[in-house]
Amino acid sequence: MSISNPSQTTSGGTPIIKIRNFDFAYGDAQALFDINMDINAKQVTAFIGPSGCGKSTFLRCFNRMNDLIEIARIKNGEIKISDINIYNKDVDVIQLRKHVGMVFQKSNPFPKSIYDNIAYGLRIQGVKKKSELDEVVERCLRDAALWDEVKDRLSESALGMSGGQQQRLCIARALAVRPKILLMDEPCSALDPIATAKVEELIHELKKDYTIVIVTHSMQQAARLSDHTAFFYLGKLIEYGQTDQIFMNPRDPQTEAYISGRFG
Amino acid sequence: MSATNEQHTFTKRPSRKAAIEAAISGAFRIATYIVILCAGYIFLNIAYNGSKAVLIPKAPFINIEFLTAKPQTLHVFEPKEIDAELKSAKAQIVSLQTKQRNLGSNETTAADELEQQVAALQQEIKALDLQRKDGRLMYGDDAYRALDREPSSELYAYSNYAYSGGGIGPAIVGTCLLVLGSIAIALSLGILCAIFLSEYSTPGPTLQLIRLSILNLSGVPSIVFGLFGFGMFVLYFDWGVSMIAGWFTLAIMALPVIIAASEESMRAIPKGFREGSLALGASKWTTIRTNVLPYALPGILTSSIMGVARVAGETAPIMFTAAYALRDQLPWQGLEQKTDFFFQGVMALPYHIYVVSSKIPQNEYTRNMQYGAAFVFLIIVGFFALSSIVLRIKIRKKYKW
Repeated sequence: MSISNPSQTTSGGTPIIKIRNFDFAYGDAQALFDINMDINAKQVTAFIGPSGCGKSTFLRCFNRMNDLIEIARIKNGEIKISDINIYNKDVDVIQLRKHVGMVFQKSNPFPKSIYDNIAYGLRIQGVKKKSELDEVVERCLRDAALWDEVKDRLSESALGMSGGQQQRLCIARALAVRPKILLMDEPCSALDPIATAKVEELIHELKKDYTIVIVTHSMQQAARLSDHTAFFYLGKLIEYGQTDQIFMNPRDPQTEAYISGRFG
Repeated sequence: MSATNEQHTFTKRPSRKAAIEAAISGAFRIATYIVILCAGYIFLNIAYNGSKAVLIPKAPFINIEFLTAKPQTLHVFEPKEIDAELKSAKAQIVSLQTKQRNLGSNETTAADELEQQVAALQQEIKALDLQRKDGRLMYGDDAYRALDREPSSELYAYSNYAYSGGGIGPAIVGTCLLVLGSIAIALSLGILCAIFLSEYSTPGPTLQLIRLSILNLSGVPSIVFGLFGFGMFVLYFDWGVSMIAGWFTLAIMALPVIIAASEESMRAIPKGFREGSLALGASKWTTIRTNVLPYALPGILTSSIMGVARVAGETAPIMFTAAYALRDQLPWQGLEQKTDFFFQGVMALPYHIYVVSSKIPQNEYTRNMQYGAAFVFLIIVGFFALSSIVLRIKIRKKYKW
């Protein structure tokens, strides 16, 4: 079922994540089957597919969040980020996660002040200098288009913000450790249309500096945001290509059925 | 008027179901009232009788001596003359009452007369009792020894009651030390254990077994813990009957509750906080330290302090390990070495209450000590509970989600 040309990356991009023959299982239940794909730097790549198809699981493999699950294991294959297999024994997960940031489906700001939320990533690295922290907090909040909304209440609890603001705060928090890659697991699923539009706008801006991989249930969102789209079904990568091509002219009948709303 | 009597779709109609419903809610209500009544009676009884010992009518209104002095034997001298009069009056009443009982049912005038006589005698007894209270002499040990000469045995009848004079100072100090020490030990051990169980351990049957056995520990009778502490700390470690043996015994007894509560508090922290922190490149311990423990702390502290306060009320575990029935010196007095502080027995309120309520007679001279000690102990336990609640509110304000 895997696509014929594994390193298929259509026009204009340098691959930063390379996945080869990747098999992943929870205990005895295999969740991902023989996945091959390249993800381009400084582009937005969207994963679409029905619930339970393994796209979130796959995303969590990129920063090894699946390590938290006891029974999760890689059966075969590798994921290379900047040509380093991240499942090598000598890879420090902490360094990897600084390099590959993540934004979760449910916004999870810490119950601390807005300032402390952004500064968290730096503080755990031992940065104590107030001026440096101040600067990073402002930069990240500006990058997340949140600065003007919250600059007067940085010391207030992040939980007093609206849902959309909280999610953008989480993005800003992820930016603070200067990742190269940003993984987003359905970042807009709990947001209203206006907040969603703001986050999408933000993602569009961030594309200039970051490689973004986004899992989404909204096909319109994938179509609007992404440069490339991958369609997953039952743990397999069915089709991967330029977003326009996937949506206008899908090669696989299953992809076509899904994007035209006949199942999923 | 007819409009109000008219039956409509939603009119209340008596039915079997409604009656059962009312009966059930009534039963719940009555059960609750019974519990409140019992608890209220116990508390008020102790508070009322205890306050006689603890409070005094003059400023500063608190009986400082009772709270600070060491327990002493109470030496009582009763005026013999009044005592004799009291006895004869009581005897008269008894004989009159027997007479009254033997009267036939138609001799009402005679019965009334007898009743009046009894009432008069009872008045007299009351007056005599007041006189007796004024006339009697009571001394603690120190005052008794300081007497130039004893009151003459012709005028006074002498009796003495162990532990009933003086105060409960050493017992209060001992209890506070026992509680603080066991909190320190139980909290540190318990939280470390709970962190491991909730954050680091691999789920599976082994973990369930460990959890189950920890929980089962809390069902072990306290006397068994006492014997364990005696065998382990007092005899095997050769610490003797000492404060440190009591600390460890109490701590081990409180551990199951603390571990279970701490684990519960930590598992109640949303997974998102952990993931969010880890995804930013925090190590596991950093995540726990910054994003799990602070939020779980209110729950951990509250239940732990409550757990220790409950355990500290037990007599059995300290009976063999830490408590002395009587000790003249406070723990910091007369130490040869600094480390001796830990290896000395102390007085403790629960044990003291046990001693004064089971080893000495119950009468008006001993009651003060019995209820007073219980009342003070209630207040101390209440204070610990209150402080844990205040602590929780304070920390909880800082972290809310």
